[in-house]
Amino acid sequence: MTEIWEGLVAGFWLVVTLDADLVEITLRSLQVTLSAVVIASVIALPLGAFLAIRRFRHRRATIALLNALMGLPPVVVGLIVYLLLSRSGPFGVFGLLFTPTAMIIAQVIIITPLIASIAHQAIRDIWAEYHDLLISLSTTKRQRIATLLWDGRRALITASLAGFGRGIGEVGAIMIVGGNIDNATRVLTTAIALETGKGDFALALGLGFILIGLAIAVNFAIHAIGQTESEGKW
Amino acid sequence: MIRIMTVLFSLMGSMAMADSLKLAVTTSFHNSGLSDILLPAIKADIDLDVQLLVVGTGQALRLGEAGDVDAILVHSRAAEDAFVAGGYGTHRREVMYNDFVFIGPAADPATIADAESAADALARIAMVEAVFVSRGDDSGTHKKELSLWDGAGVSRGGDWYRPVGAGMGAALNTASAMDAYILADRASWLNFGNKAGLDLLFAGDPALFNQYAYIPVNPALHDHVKSDLTQQLEDWLTSPRAADLIDSYTINGETLFTFNATNPS
Repeated sequence: MTEIWEGLVAGFWLVVTLDADLVEITLRSLQVTLSAVVIASVIALPLGAFLAIRRFRHRRATIALLNALMGLPPVVVGLIVYLLLSRSGPFGVFGLLFTPTAMIIAQVIIITPLIASIAHQAIRDIWAEYHDLLISLSTTKRQRIATLLWDGRRALITASLAGFGRGIGEVGAIMIVGGNIDNATRVLTTAIALETGKGDFALALGLGFILIGLAIAVNFAIHAIGQTESEGKW
Repeated sequence: MIRIMTVLFSLMGSMAMADSLKLAVTTSFHNSGLSDILLPAIKADIDLDVQLLVVGTGQALRLGEAGDVDAILVHSRAAEDAFVAGGYGTHRREVMYNDFVFIGPAADPATIADAESAADALARIAMVEAVFVSRGDDSGTHKKELSLWDGAGVSRGGDWYRPVGAGMGAALNTASAMDAYILADRASWLNFGNKAGLDLLFAGDPALFNQYAYIPVNPALHDHVKSDLTQQLEDWLTSPRAADLIDSYTINGETLFTFNATNPS
């Protein structure tokens, strides 16, 4: 019990004194995961809309597969990305292993199915409502997808935030492809794993509380910008 | 858009950064805290950013073979010799040593504190089947432990022998939670924050000698390896300045490492 208290105190002091290392790894955590969320959303949101409105042969199987991929084990994704980016792997010439770019790639792979699945569920409901209208206006596929994405934007923000949540707390993949290098690829989760390894539970826990606080702050910020749940809007 | 720009800028930033090289080191070296002393000094003296990848010796060697790092600093003689013999490294340069110690519950049910040698200590643990945590991760410390068991000639089967497959710190945490015996390097032990009921019980056998060596990755196999920088780093690591920093690094008044670099053979 004392260790949890010490963790709170350690976390408090790290924040109050704006510890330089802490600021750096926190910004890197944000940079990696926000980049991954943006890239994954650009891929996943139109994909989710496409799956909702387009009928094709293996659609059901594709959706089932996408749902199954939500549970993609990060550590396996990490290992595969590692092997692909390693100097002895097919993409070794780019020298991306152990860089923030490698971490972003791994996180995009992990969170894209999650965002696409949630987006698909949300857009399917809107599509049921908009179907007749959009068909009667003889819109193109592209216009329909754009309309559904825009009108479903609040639900889609939730999809992206779910992706952010999975990415920011993820440690298995980014530990493998990032290498937890001080001043280069260390982020909050890998720093926590490191401090736990050193037996410094107070600092590890302090970083953990900062990570939780960060996740909450980002969610509040997005909701504030999107003005969801405020009067007169849905 | 701003986010994408940020990413692009940070990528360009990392490209434009001053000289940097990737060095794979063992968890025991990093957990000792010595890297926190040496890296800033290297930066100040030769303006080189050494990016540490903290892994087990087994993985460090694999990273070197694949060319994912520029050099390695590890402690497992047989594996290092095989690495150099395989042409993956140009040469092996000894830098410093520390020693392994036996850690265990302060009550010491296997009485290893009275053991005559490392082999005897292990035999005592096996005899009373006291819980023993093994790294089990193919690291230098793990290899050392296995060779000690083989040398002691006692069987290590059974419930009491628990390989955890984790780094030094994590394995010490496990041992601390289970009140178990464990083989650790002295530096990691002294720097470890969660000692709980554990104590250093046995040390001093020459068999527990732990030599660290520096091996640059062979640029003939991987032309992206920064061989000029690995040479600079080697020169620094074997310099009187490094000797001074390594020998004077202490925790609670105990010296952790002894510098013993010599001219390359």
